[in-house]
Amino acid sequence: MNQYPLWKNLLILAVVLFGLVLALPNLFPQDPAIEVRAADGEVSAATRAEIAAAMENAGVPVKAIEEREGGRALIRFETPTAQLRGQATLDRTLGDGYQHALTQSPDLPGLVEALGLQPMFLGLDLRGGIHVLIDVDMDAAVNLALERLTGDIRTLLRDERIRYLTVGHGDGRIEVRFRDESARDEAAPLIRREFRDLEVSTGHQSGDFYLYGSLPPAKQEEIKRFALEQNITTLRNRVNALGVAEPIIQRQGERRIIVQLPGAQDPARLKDLLGATATLEYRLVDTEHDVQDALDGRVPVGAALYYERTGQPILLKRRVIVTGDQITSAAAGFDQQSGSPMVSVSLDGQGARQMRRMTTENVGKPMAVVFIESRTVTRMVDGEPVRERVRSEEVISVANILEPFGRRFQTTGLDSSEEAHNLALLLRAGALAAPIEIVEERTIGPSLGQDNIDQGMRSVLIGLALVAIFMALYYRVFGLVADLVLVVNLVMIVAVLSLLQATLTMPGIAGIVLTVGMAVDANVLIFERIREEIRNGSSPQASIHAGYDKALSTIVDANVTTLIAAIVLFSFGTGPVKGFAVTLFIGILTSMFTAILGSRALINLIYGGRRVKRLAI
Amino acid sequence: MAHAQILKDSHIDFLGKRRLAAIVSGVVMLICLLSILFRGFNFGLDFTGGTVIELGYAQPVEVSEITAALAEEGIEDATVQYFGSNRDILIRIAPQAGELSSAEVSDRVFQLLSAQADTEIELRRVEFVGPQVGEELREQGGLAVLFALIGILVYVALRFEWRFAVGAVAALMHDVLFTIGMFSIFYIPFDLTVLAAVLAVIGYSLNDTIVIFDRIRENFRKMRKGTVMEIGNRSVNQTLSRTIITSGTTLLVLLALYFLGGPAIAGFSLALIVGVLVGTYSTIYIATAAAVWLGISRADLMPPEKEGTLVDDRP
Repeated sequence: MNQYPLWKNLLILAVVLFGLVLALPNLFPQDPAIEVRAADGEVSAATRAEIAAAMENAGVPVKAIEEREGGRALIRFETPTAQLRGQATLDRTLGDGYQHALTQSPDLPGLVEALGLQPMFLGLDLRGGIHVLIDVDMDAAVNLALERLTGDIRTLLRDERIRYLTVGHGDGRIEVRFRDESARDEAAPLIRREFRDLEVSTGHQSGDFYLYGSLPPAKQEEIKRFALEQNITTLRNRVNALGVAEPIIQRQGERRIIVQLPGAQDPARLKDLLGATATLEYRLVDTEHDVQDALDGRVPVGAALYYERTGQPILLKRRVIVTGDQITSAAAGFDQQSGSPMVSVSLDGQGARQMRRMTTENVGKPMAVVFIESRTVTRMVDGEPVRERVRSEEVISVANILEPFGRRFQTTGLDSSEEAHNLALLLRAGALAAPIEIVEERTIGPSLGQDNIDQGMRSVLIGLALVAIFMALYYRVFGLVADLVLVVNLVMIVAVLSLLQATLTMPGIAGIVLTVGMAVDANVLIFERIREEIRNGSSPQASIHAGYDKALSTIVDANVTTLIAAIVLFSFGTGPVKGFAVTLFIGILTSMFTAILGSRALINLIYGGRRVKRLAI
Repeated sequence: MAHAQILKDSHIDFLGKRRLAAIVSGVVMLICLLSILFRGFNFGLDFTGGTVIELGYAQPVEVSEITAALAEEGIEDATVQYFGSNRDILIRIAPQAGELSSAEVSDRVFQLLSAQADTEIELRRVEFVGPQVGEELREQGGLAVLFALIGILVYVALRFEWRFAVGAVAALMHDVLFTIGMFSIFYIPFDLTVLAAVLAVIGYSLNDTIVIFDRIRENFRKMRKGTVMEIGNRSVNQTLSRTIITSGTTLLVLLALYFLGGPAIAGFSLALIVGVLVGTYSTIYIATAAAVWLGISRADLMPPEKEGTLVDDRP
């Protein structure tokens, strides 16, 4: 008795071998590397040769330059120092059309790589990087939509020559005020026809007649969903422009977005870029009125008071010629004449037509460029978080229109080339559909990440060694079997993590350590049972059989309840808790396989099918 | 040849001391509860919101210099302390009431200190949690514990019997209350990883409880004689060496984690060490005693009669 059929032994062996192969890539060291991407198309062989030559000239030792899928190139280095010097060299060598980012890449032999095997995906706390959780202000998205509709209704009524008193919005609805009923009744069907999304109702109050328009809940949900998607797209564009390898931009829940940048090291710049809403507006300067009057509180109709960066007040026409939304591409550079930083801009068709018409009509008059920035901040007021939007509008340049222009032109007046660079990036990436706020940030420096790996691995190994020594001393042959399956269990956990590419974090390592402790329990249960059976006078073979048999339901019950805890942790947890839950979950499943099937197979091979007088337990 | 054994066949009257155990547990629970209600928790950044910055200086640095620099800049409620050595600094800043957007505090502090220091500073870690996120995490944490308990209650009631389920959940609540009570009494920082540990304690302690319940069920079916008390005692004694060995090996690993795993998971390992110890006690004295007290009987645990078919009991 106590023999597994051949197929069962082979199956267990196959699973273990499969696990070993999957875990294999983790044995190879990670090379510090730089990934190079071309803005359009591929990094050609010629470019790779150029990079190699530049590195050699600069005396930077390069391990290898490889061609990667998607037309990217990967430069491997022996040391992190060489990697950083390589980065500086690339900065000088490569032109605007290329982006490069620091990364790490395992140095896999060809065979392993050909199988498409990957090492475990390390979380930011282990490899270093920036994690940011972003909250999207959904109410503001709906408000923006109402604001747009309000403007459209005003234009419609004006075009149709219907007399109204005011158009405005508040409390989530649009309100149009009329002096007489006939005008309102004329406007109502028109608005209903033009704006099908609006639910239009009428009212009458203190002598005036009202039309109300509100967005139905379904439409509001659609606007919010769209805003979130649009924001994810915009954030992705912005992050890509930063040049970080393997960025993660993901939606979390109803209104949150996670941005993770492995290896990134400048949280200040990242946060500035992510949250920025910087855009430009082009307006004519109001030269007919006096600025002083406006400063005294008499702002003329159709004009608005602005300030230049120097603090100088200036009156601009309310009508906007072109907004940042109409800009299709933008690049930073330096003005050829003055040498000051500038952004050269291209407009879309409609924007170009508007610009050409206005500049044609206003040759010789001054035009102003307004730099608009807004952000959301949460402040604590009496212990309660209060959300506020801060918006700043500055005139960055005023210049006379020398001749009509249309699609392409340039804007100067920026403080620094960095500001020009950021502005160009933001204009290219598109605007955010709703304001965002950073509600959580976790930045881990690379050395701390390495420390975490080292400490985590060391405590795992020492904990494992202590347990293994105890088991071998206490249960002898059976203890050694338990130790072997424990090691196999670790390999299996690593294999499953590599296969699923689930993120391994520091709490995840803690989860592995815990399963190691608990995996022993299954074997302890079995071995104690076997000892009991021997005490009760059963033969060695019968004891083994009964021990495994009777312990099985206990082990399954105990593990299923822990699985429940792991699942609850996974569904409610965020970040660190989730990482712990994932490894706990995987660890319980693999430990059931190794501790029940694996250890039985080994014990069967040692003792099964022959006469045994005594068990070494 | 005799094998190494921690316990010879033991006959300890565990259940006979259940009144004493109930009184001791009751008093300890009361103290824990009072501490949680009146003293509260030393909630970590995850739950309160705020900013933590870890800096590595190339040269030893004075805490007072940093504190002064921060105060000068108008950054309120900052605590500065050494983290490991006198070159590693941990700064914790409460949510700010000023103009500064919360997410920018860390950038400002790093800029400020870099400008002030004579040596190189490495930004090792920044954690910022907004006030609204902290509140959500607190809520989610409470819910997670609640749902884990409910899930377990249902599973045990289905697999065993409702009296066992009540006993198991009583033991779990005892363990959770004791573990978080210790964190409250000694005012040890309570963060997300500690919460994860508390949930792991639930899983672990339950593991222990199930093993004994399993044995009680088996003994009821096997032993035709014996009172409920005798069978309960017998079951606890039979599984005692396993209980001690498993707790011991788990503790070995946890101690390795606590002393060698670094400060990032020290709170986590401590919570589990406390939880494993109290979980072992509660399995013996709370879970089994509660089930006995609720009146488990042999009739409740006999396998349901199967009609016609043979029971698939292999020889």
